[in-house]
Amino acid sequence: MNPAFLTALRATLPAHALLIEAEALRPYECDGLSAYRQVPLAVCLPETLEQAQAVLRICREHNVPVVARGAGTGLSGGALPLADGVVLSLARFNRILAIDADNRLARVQPGVRNLAISEAVAAYGLYYAPDPSSQIACSIGGNVAENSGGVHCLKYGLTVHNVLALKVLTMDGELLDIGAASLDSPGYDLLALMTGSEGLLGVVVEVTVKLLVKPERAQVLLAAFASVETAGAAVAAVIGAGILPAGLEMMDNLSIRAAEDFVHAGYPVDAAAILLCELDGANAEVSEQIMAVREVLFSAGATEVRTAQDEAQRMKFWAGRKGAFPAVGRISPDYYCMDGTIPRQHLARVLKRIGELSAQYGLRVANVFHAGDGNLHPLILFDANQPGEMKKAEDFGTDILRLCVEVGGTVTGEHGIGVEKLDAACSQFTPEELAQFHAIKAAFDPAGLLNPGKAVPTLHRCAEMGRMHIQGGALPFPELPRF
Amino acid sequence: MDMNKHLRVTVNRMETQLIDRVRQALTDRAPLRIQGGGSKAFYGRACLGEPLDVSGHAGDIRYEPSELVLTARAGTKLSEIEALLAANNQMLPFEPPHFSPGATLGGMVAAGLSGPRRPWGGSVRDAVLGVKLLNGRGEVLRLGGQVMKNVAGYDLSRLMVGALGTLGVLLEVSVKVLPRPAEERTLVFELDAATAAARQIEWGRKPLPLSATLYHAGRLYARLSGSAQGVQAARAAMGGEESDNALWAEAREQTLRFFQTQAPLWRFSLPAAAPALPGEALIEWGGALRWIATDEPAEAIRRQAAERGGHATLFRNHDGTGAVFHPLPAAMLALHQRVKLALDPHGLFNPGRLYQGL
Repeated sequence: MNPAFLTALRATLPAHALLIEAEALRPYECDGLSAYRQVPLAVCLPETLEQAQAVLRICREHNVPVVARGAGTGLSGGALPLADGVVLSLARFNRILAIDADNRLARVQPGVRNLAISEAVAAYGLYYAPDPSSQIACSIGGNVAENSGGVHCLKYGLTVHNVLALKVLTMDGELLDIGAASLDSPGYDLLALMTGSEGLLGVVVEVTVKLLVKPERAQVLLAAFASVETAGAAVAAVIGAGILPAGLEMMDNLSIRAAEDFVHAGYPVDAAAILLCELDGANAEVSEQIMAVREVLFSAGATEVRTAQDEAQRMKFWAGRKGAFPAVGRISPDYYCMDGTIPRQHLARVLKRIGELSAQYGLRVANVFHAGDGNLHPLILFDANQPGEMKKAEDFGTDILRLCVEVGGTVTGEHGIGVEKLDAACSQFTPEELAQFHAIKAAFDPAGLLNPGKAVPTLHRCAEMGRMHIQGGALPFPELPRF
Repeated sequence: MDMNKHLRVTVNRMETQLIDRVRQALTDRAPLRIQGGGSKAFYGRACLGEPLDVSGHAGDIRYEPSELVLTARAGTKLSEIEALLAANNQMLPFEPPHFSPGATLGGMVAAGLSGPRRPWGGSVRDAVLGVKLLNGRGEVLRLGGQVMKNVAGYDLSRLMVGALGTLGVLLEVSVKVLPRPAEERTLVFELDAATAAARQIEWGRKPLPLSATLYHAGRLYARLSGSAQGVQAARAAMGGEESDNALWAEAREQTLRFFQTQAPLWRFSLPAAAPALPGEALIEWGGALRWIATDEPAEAIRRQAAERGGHATLFRNHDGTGAVFHPLPAAMLALHQRVKLALDPHGLFNPGRLYQGL
């Protein structure tokens, strides 16, 4: 490390807020995607805005890249450190600054955990809607960086729909106010642009979130189906009937059995697929909708429809779904989680093709699906200790994502591109589109020091990728200059 | 599988003409003034440039009701889209104002104006899922997509909402649509302004199926939307008298008498519970949107908005030469300029419509 750089950091941060020893850096070598690891140059844990600003300015001056990090639960390697870079941890920015019940909003620091917000405002009858499965651990700053979703997106939206304002530091350490407590701020919608930008445009140092009034009642129905196609058609039937469920989730047989063995949710283990359909609202409204949805599900071919008898059973039904990933983790040494989104009408076709690919690659796959909004999470089961299996799993995953793009979807619905899906992103964007993204990046961060190399693949990488995928003698990107 | 199959952005004949027109403008360095249906021509600052008529780029509606997504060319009339949705018992959740029969889908996105349902049903930008854009390099880009959840690439499609055409020419738009509520009822309460404000804060803290409010001249109106039983239960809990649902279209289209004024009309966006403004206001969005017609100087108006944590827009009845939108801090304006240049490097589109110098 450049001694002048280290001296400058030491002059800025208290000793306990600057980690440079190998032992101390180790916990930061990866995020939730542990297949990728890299120990950074240093980890800074500023405690004040001024310290965070100073760290950025020093890095800018010394041309050192910065990777901002929240709770490190991300699933695409967005917080993977760089060997020659600093990790800027926002973990110490962990205070809830203000709760404004009359305006239904809260101002929080980025290191506050997602669930902690709902817990803190529960006394006011309010909650923060987006609920990624990692909500007990993930931070709101990380949620903004990834535009995190959850199981209630269909009705309540993603992070971008539930954040009102941000305070953001640029790479120069300049503080920007983006958005406001009032609606539809003047100028360009930089709030939407910042949300989901994976730490490439700025460092979020404060978040104002929108709070919702807790519905009077929430109830969940569990429906069993003899085939995934029928379950998929039932999803369309529920929505076609004019009902907007708070959550609408699907699991296939392998996921059902894994979840049942793990949490004993009472799932029907013989079903080819189950749907979980949550309805919320006023008491009378929920009662009316339960009746309507039961009818729709039966007409759509459900073999069984159960209504949770009480809150405990409702939580059990959800525990099975929310525990699906760790449950699959118990039946396979390793698994690889995909995150494509498709227009729902292509569900049957996509699941059939995933089944074929599974046979072709000789790897099992468990499908967990945010059915309401078309977001698929196929979990590819493999054993990293078997030579070549990891590579096979990755290739299988890439084929699934390409399939999602082919039917008009996207390679990532809520986990982000990070480092993991850079190659997959090449199959989604044209060179002009990628160049446009890079131009936007440069408008915010001309030196390219904020989380470089993530989220948007370089044109060069995609050209190389294309070269590997040459088929039928056609050269991809014929219009591109060869680098 | 041919990985490049999806990578070619297809363009039709009308789009080719628009691309050619933009490339010509690029060669001539001659700015363009984008024109759709002209329904919101009053909105924003006056701008110079050769007119670029996009209203003919219409139709090709792709809509599968059970997907809750509609895609159409940007010149498609809003009235046509809303009629199609209504026939399928669905709607645009943000209830956009038309302001004239010519209103188009692209104009709706460019203006970014949402109607009475906005605080509860979300805004135009909340519903936009993707756009096909012709940028200032004459390139056609697909930004976002046709699915609800998509975090691949920067969210440039939502950036177009409210940008008033300063970042590119919208060719196609995909929006999320929602089922129409089974039941809608309007209630009216005779209340003084202070009591009405307190009542709305109180409502806001309860799980009520509110979908619009309006306060003016001693009357507070509230719309309830949802299932028949849900609306009935809320109606019983809230009291008040029944009123006509037609009010909401009149508020949205600004045909109410309040809006028939020659004085500058100001649009205040404030935190819902912000203290009252001086002057006679028409208040929507549970307190978050307030209209005042006044000749008071702009500086005073903007100060009143800023003191309450919001901003003010000079909406109607001005000559288009001054500032219309709330001034941005210097660092934000500079960032806006860099973002503009990233999409429109030669400043071709609608120069000055949003802010001077953008």
